[in-house]
Amino acid sequence: MKYLSEFADPVLAQRLLDEISATVTRHWAIMEVCGGQTHSIIRNGIDQLLADEVELIHGPGCPVCVTPVELIDRGLRIAAMPDVIFCSFGDMVRVPGSAGDLFAVRAAGGDVRVVYSPLDAVAVAEENPSKEVVFFAVGFETTAPANAMAVHQAHERGLTNFSVLVSHGGGPPAIEAIVTSPESRVDAFLAAGHVCTVMGTRQYEAIVTEHRVPIIVTGFEPLDVLDGIRRAVRQLEAGRAEVENAYARAVRRDGNEVAKGMLADVFEPTDRQWRGIGPIPASGWRLTSRYRSYDAEIRFGVGDLAVEESGLCRSGDVLQGIIKPSECEAFGTACTPRHPLGATMVSTEGACAAYFQYRRLGDEVVPGG
Amino acid sequence: MVDGWTCPLPLRDYAKVTIGHGGGGQLTDELIRHLFLPAFGDAAVDATPTDSAVVAMAGHRLAFTTDSYVVRPLFFPGGNIGELAVNGTVNDLAMAGAQPLALSTAFVLEEGLELDVLGRVATAMGEAAVRAGARLVTGDTKVVDAGQADGMYITTAGIGLVPADVDVRPERAAPGDTIILSGPVGLHGTAVLSVREGLEFGTELRSDCAPLNGLVQSMLATDGDIHLLRDLTRGGLAAALCEIAETAGFGIRFDESDVAVPPEVRAACGFLGLDPIHVANEGKLVAILPADDADTVLEAMHAHELGADAVVIGAVTDEHPGVVVARTALGAHRIVDRPLGEQLPRIC
Amino acid sequence: MCLGVPGRIVDTHDDRGTPMATVDFGGVTKTVCLAYTPDAGIGDYTIIHAGFAIAILDEQAALESLELFEQLGIVSATTDEIAP
Repeated sequence: MKYLSEFADPVLAQRLLDEISATVTRHWAIMEVCGGQTHSIIRNGIDQLLADEVELIHGPGCPVCVTPVELIDRGLRIAAMPDVIFCSFGDMVRVPGSAGDLFAVRAAGGDVRVVYSPLDAVAVAEENPSKEVVFFAVGFETTAPANAMAVHQAHERGLTNFSVLVSHGGGPPAIEAIVTSPESRVDAFLAAGHVCTVMGTRQYEAIVTEHRVPIIVTGFEPLDVLDGIRRAVRQLEAGRAEVENAYARAVRRDGNEVAKGMLADVFEPTDRQWRGIGPIPASGWRLTSRYRSYDAEIRFGVGDLAVEESGLCRSGDVLQGIIKPSECEAFGTACTPRHPLGATMVSTEGACAAYFQYRRLGDEVVPGG
Repeated sequence: MVDGWTCPLPLRDYAKVTIGHGGGGQLTDELIRHLFLPAFGDAAVDATPTDSAVVAMAGHRLAFTTDSYVVRPLFFPGGNIGELAVNGTVNDLAMAGAQPLALSTAFVLEEGLELDVLGRVATAMGEAAVRAGARLVTGDTKVVDAGQADGMYITTAGIGLVPADVDVRPERAAPGDTIILSGPVGLHGTAVLSVREGLEFGTELRSDCAPLNGLVQSMLATDGDIHLLRDLTRGGLAAALCEIAETAGFGIRFDESDVAVPPEVRAACGFLGLDPIHVANEGKLVAILPADDADTVLEAMHAHELGADAVVIGAVTDEHPGVVVARTALGAHRIVDRPLGEQLPRIC
Repeated sequence: MCLGVPGRIVDTHDDRGTPMATVDFGGVTKTVCLAYTPDAGIGDYTIIHAGFAIAILDEQAALESLELFEQLGIVSATTDEIAP
């Protein structure tokens, strides 16, 4: 068992697709809130292969893309400072702020480095005692433990030249915000599998009970995504609304207690802006007072840098499935993958970016199946 | 803004060159089309976006190419910057159907570079040239201050004669043509990444850096009418197919299941979040030729060590001109684009 | 925020009190942090994200999932399976 190719088997995929087709009797809108699942859906063409009655809406699943412009601009300002080594995951390096991205800062002489793990940034700090090393700590709950460990390690090792720029968001508040929005069309959610690996599934039980919407904890390989959709359709057709775990091999109800313990020590909830959506209360995390000295925004005094989001951007409506990307006035004109206004165009797997690509084929439908 | 820049797509809003401009993807292409070519003006009227230019000269056709090598680190599993430089230029000539006649080698050396390192690189270049049947006939050496040139940069240029009966160029690609890929993809890029600072990982993968002129010669020796050859380099298979589709003005369809990806490449790309068809290669090519000639040419390729795993992967189509579409393992279709710039590992 | 990939632990070591491991992704190996999976040992498959193991993969659960998929279309009624 290698846990990869087995879950991409085309024959079993077809069985799942057939099962979904056989079960569905009317239109259902299912939303995933995880960039990794969006990527898997588009990469494998799952939305093409699904029965027409099942509509997939790509929700706010990409922590990189929903990082507010203001925070990116603060990061860019820090990265441009002398004697700063700015470390980041690869994902962030091309995300534009209001004027430029980390690539541009590097071109202007900034020391910007891509790291695979937050611990690599700690190592950079240890190797460069005369420089300030800043790590762009982006992520949802899956990545938060890794970022927390970096802060914890820096603290243990007494590193005074390490700090983090925090851009963390949480899943359940985002789902709650969408579900409670009066214009929401979402019938069921696929919850992010690896977020649940860390946090467990309990956190969704209240949402399901209160709002009567099925939430299926789903993985990332093609069979995982299809199984998540299958279970969602099955619940919807039966009028049920429960938390269901379709990724049992990696998710337990209580999640990862050790990781949760570290998170509780290093981070605490805070209100947060989501790019293209607006503020969602208690949906973000910030460093606890014990670790506040590692907060780069404070250390570098960039907290006053305020930037307005684009007034034209309707990614919030796209993310809730209220409009299709092509229905936005700015789509393809003021807003393109090269000059994105909001979250859904910033990510190569965002709904708007994906639509932009497929639009190139004009009215001709790319044949599926 | 430089006067005379052309649109339709404005350059991305960078006032300066960024690392992405050298990635072999969309940004590089933009720099060529929207800065260099307009700036060169009349002098570049005949410039073509192919690996080498073919210049008519006294009744013959001379293939002419140049490339710079800035790979970091200088030494990677399976090779070093030296053989990369020689093979890269030999391959660009081969893609025009030419055997290499002569290469030039220009070095920009960083002050402080160890002579032993330089010696090993130069030895590798000599050996690579002999293997490819090419002569190193002239060169240049410059030294820059410590802190520049990452150790060394190498620029090679090469010339070769295109045989009279050979005509390979993008304009010859036609709908219905078959596309052949010479072997498994992603080796070079993965091997280099494995020793790149900050990303190091353990692997036995080696770069596929190799001269393709021998393979090309055996392909051209068949009676197959090869329309186009393109070696895969930065930007991977995706970049090569996208460039062909755009230049030829036709669509391309291929089947992902037919593209061989070595298990270690897949594993490395998996945890880094990269797509193997975007990863650099240095010893692979695609050939576009009439469907009827595919079997003959495949047979010749299989007899050569560098073509042993050659396989048909797709076809040129008159649908969706300029766009490359891949059939996924599940039977759906997705558009394949060039990577924007540098290949960066992702977490999302 | 989810690029988590299965990797098999082939070696473990300690880095100044932080448990680390060498993980095999199928021919390529990488050093990762095991702090969040203290019970993981050599031979275990783990989900690796951003250089950290965040869960040990449950082989039994994986086999059950695959078995379920195999059975689709063969049995006419699927059994109810709401996992705890």
